Parts: sequence; C-alpha cells; structure tokens
Amino acid sequence: MNDRPLLVVDDLRVTYDTPTGIVRAVDGVSFELGREKLGIVGESGSGKSQTGRAILGLTDRRGRVDAERLEFDGIDLTRAGEDTLRNIRGGRISMIMQDPKYSLNPVMTIGAQIEEAFTIHSNAGRREARTRTLEMLDAVQIRNPERVYKAYPHEVSGGMGQRVMIAMMMIPEPDIIIADEPTSALDVTVQLQVLAILDDMIARRGTGLIFISHDLSLVASFCDRVLVMYAGRVVEQCAANDLANAAHPYTRGLLDCLPRLEGGHDELPVLKRDPAWAAAVERRADSG
Amino acid sequence: MLIQVEHLSVLFGRGNHTFHAVRDVSFDVARGRSFGLVGESGSGKTTVLRALGGLMDRIAHVQGDMKLEEEVLRGKRSRAFRRRVQMVFQDPYGSLHPRHTIDAILSEPARVHRLDRIKDRVVRALEEVGLDASFRFRYPHQISGGQRQRVSVARALIIEPDIVLLDEPTSALDVSVQAEVLNLLMRLKREYHLTYVLVSHNLAVVAHMCESLAVMKEGAVVETMSVEQLRSHTSAQPYTKQLMTASLGYDRAAIDSFEEF
Repeated sequence: MNDRPLLVVDDLRVTYDTPTGIVRAVDGVSFELGREKLGIVGESGSGKSQTGRAILGLTDRRGRVDAERLEFDGIDLTRAGEDTLRNIRGGRISMIMQDPKYSLNPVMTIGAQIEEAFTIHSNAGRREARTRTLEMLDAVQIRNPERVYKAYPHEVSGGMGQRVMIAMMMIPEPDIIIADEPTSALDVTVQLQVLAILDDMIARRGTGLIFISHDLSLVASFCDRVLVMYAGRVVEQCAANDLANAAHPYTRGLLDCLPRLEGGHDELPVLKRDPAWAAAVERRADSG
Repeated sequence: MLIQVEHLSVLFGRGNHTFHAVRDVSFDVARGRSFGLVGESGSGKTTVLRALGGLMDRIAHVQGDMKLEEEVLRGKRSRAFRRRVQMVFQDPYGSLHPRHTIDAILSEPARVHRLDRIKDRVVRALEEVGLDASFRFRYPHQISGGQRQRVSVARALIIEPDIVLLDEPTSALDVSVQAEVLNLLMRLKREYHLTYVLVSHNLAVVAHMCESLAVMKEGAVVETMSVEQLRSHTSAQPYTKQLMTASLGYDRAAIDSFEEF
C-alpha cells in the first residue's frame, strides 16, 4: 500500500446554468482514492456519473467544474492544460463506460482500437502493439484472441464487448480506472465474470478503481469502500462490507426497498425523501 | 386453469436459417395468481409473453396450444381477448407515444373498446395509479420514469382486464421507484383480482411478486418451481442454482466455479 493518495478530490462542484435556474449536479464532493476499489452509489441524478466525468475533464461544455483541490499524483487537474489532460486521459486515468455497443468504435476492428489505445500512450511499434494487444485479449479471458482481434464490435456479445473495453482501458497500465456502470447492461453471471477479470487485473497492478453503480448489493460485495451520493452530495461513506449497517436514512431506505429472495409478498418499504438530506450533510461524510 | 400454454414453440425464419426462439414451453396459470418467467437475455422469456399476447403471429411461426379458459388462442386476437388481456412493457420511454398527452394515451384503449364516460375513466385510472388529474394534459417527456410506468399501468387497466402481461415492468427504474411500482401492482392485483404473467431477469422481483415461476434458458424451460422452492434454495437444476448464487452479489471464489450451460 502506498500512503500517498492517488487522487484527492476536495469540494468538487459541477454546475449547469439552465433556463430554469442553476443546477448543482455535483455539490461539494470530497474524497481521496488510494490503491483500492471505491464505489460511488446513488440513484439516477445523484451526481455519481458527473463526479467521474469531472475528474477526467469530460464534463459537458455547458457545465462548470470548480474544486478546492482536484489533484492526481501531484498534478492539479483544474489547472492542467489540454495537452497534460490528454496524456492523463486514457493513459494514466482511463474510463470504462456502460455499454460497449455505444462506446466502441463500430467501424474499427477490435484489434485496431486496442492497439490505438496502446500506441497513443507509448512509443511502441506496430509489431509490439499487436503482440501486446493479443496478450491483453488473452488476459481478459477471450478464448480466441486472433479471431476477436480481427472482429468488429457488432460481431461480439455484450459480455465480450465489455471485456474488450477492459483490455483497451488496461493496456496503457493506468493508475486509476473510472468504471461507470461497467456491467449494468450484462446478464448477472456474465456481469460477475467480467468483474472478476477486472478485479484480478487491478489487484495485480495496484490500480485504483472508482466504481460507479446504482446497484448497492453489487457495490457492497465488490468494493472496499463506498460513498453514497444524493442530490449531488456524499451523504454517507463507509467500508463496503459495512454498508448493510448504514446509518443515513437515505442509504437505509435504498437498502430496505429492495425486494428480497427470502422475503414474503408483503408491501415493500418506500423511500421517503427528506429535503434536509440535500443540505448540511457534509459533516457526517467527513467524520465517516 | 385460466391460462394454459402447451408445447409452445416460436420460430423465426425458414429452412436453414430457422431460429428457435422458444422451444416446447408449457405452463399453467390459475386465476388470481402471478406466474413468473425468469432467465437471462436471449432466453426467450419475452417472446413467450408476446406470443401469449398475440404479438408474435405476424412476425414468427407460433406452434403449440395456448388457451384462455379452454378457448384456443390462435392468430389475430379478438377484441374480447384484448379487453381481458393487457400488456405493460419494459421501457416507459419507448412505449408511450411522445406526441400524445397522457389523456390521449389513456383515452385511446377506452375508445377502441367503445366504453362510455371516457373522461371519468381516465381520471379514475390515473387516481388508481397514484397520479392526480393534473397529469392528464401533460406529455410523457414532462413526467418522470416512475410516473410514466404508472401511466403504462393505467393504460393497461383502464379497460378493466383480468389478466395483465408484464414485461420487465421495473427494470428501467431506480430501486426506490421500483418499490413503489411493485407495491402498486400488488395492490391492484388484490383489489381487482388480477392474474399476472411477469417476465423479469431479477429473481428477487419474481420471488416478491409471484407464487410460481419457470426458469428459462435458450428458449426452453429449465425448471418450473414454486416460490417456496426458490426461497429455500432447493432447486434441482445446476443452472438455476448458479443463477441464484450470481444474484447474491460478488463472490470471487464462487465465480470460478461458474459453468457454461
């Protein structure tokens, strides 16, 4: 374990100026990331994806990003120029998106896309890129790397597409991976198999992972630590295996409203939202 | 039995290009019960539901017998059938007409079935699903996903069916909204003695809603079981067991023991 955090986020804010007023998509989020699996959970609109995108400078042009501190390996990301950011993006911090159908280039072979991700961030020649790409496809447990190398994204299944995505994002050996709902489009068994591949790879290389998901039980079982977001803020943070004992009424509400395999047919408890959750909750998050 | 499905097969294409989407599926659903169809994507669960609703006959080859109270269902369904059997689809964004108001969306089925007092029915249907009359003149894009799914339920119920076919009714919703919609479906079922056939990939949702279920894979039923069997983990089939293990969350060791079926 390295004691210096890979990433420091302090008071991150993402605001959108819309005709109907200012929308605070992310409203003062602070956390540090080490070489660990950090989960960010919340419902749609809670700001979890916006947080991930802001770190990489991928916020929509209409949005404004402010932060007290947004620091990666000693580099101030809020002041970094586009050149520096371009080197970091994909090279040292990479992102896995939800649906391989939309995030892979449909008119490029899988091999060419992975090679591109590698060569852009290194001085390797074509032959080395090809060898490394095939090794990577093998590492994400694709049984016939040569065939998949030549295939186009529409020729592979969703699970395989997402493994290709992982191969592409891991090949420059990044320090941090931001995975935004990386397996939500997949069937449950395939989802777990893909996560196991990601898990093994980041454990071997000591990569830090930010895992953004709406699935509380998945995050509780997969991650080391969890941030729970509501209305652009972190309302609670805890160790992942402690999520079941969460204290905040929002987290409790999310856990309780899930139907359970062992439960009866009784009415499910419904989440009652308290406007106070969206205000003055940072203290709790900081002390957690 | 209210619904009987016997040796149902659905085939797409012809000759060498035939694709068997559903293979020899049989099950019964008694009146007032909920029957679940679970499986992964491509298992054929939605195709079974659509075949039952009469939505497959024009685009695929449907074989076997489906009966509603002993009456054989084949080809284009009668108006009487449609009055009794309604569907709720997965995606409330795609299944409501974007340029029709909620009022128009809810009035249409009532008009098709030549019902009277349409306005009253629309207001009441909205009330039933927990939306007030102010929603009548809004468009689908002006309301949330959960509200849209409530409108879909209202549209199905406005003509007072006794059977509702539900295709992943809460998969596109946040869990807190899912709980509200599941509670709504349970309440309506009790109040109107409805019979449900529910398709879902989520075992917990099916366990919550249904008394019995069929696990499907590659178009065929792997196993038909009661919800008690599902809850007590007493499945005989390794495929079902694996599906259950997977639904419990991430367990690195368990994943290595997963098999391809």
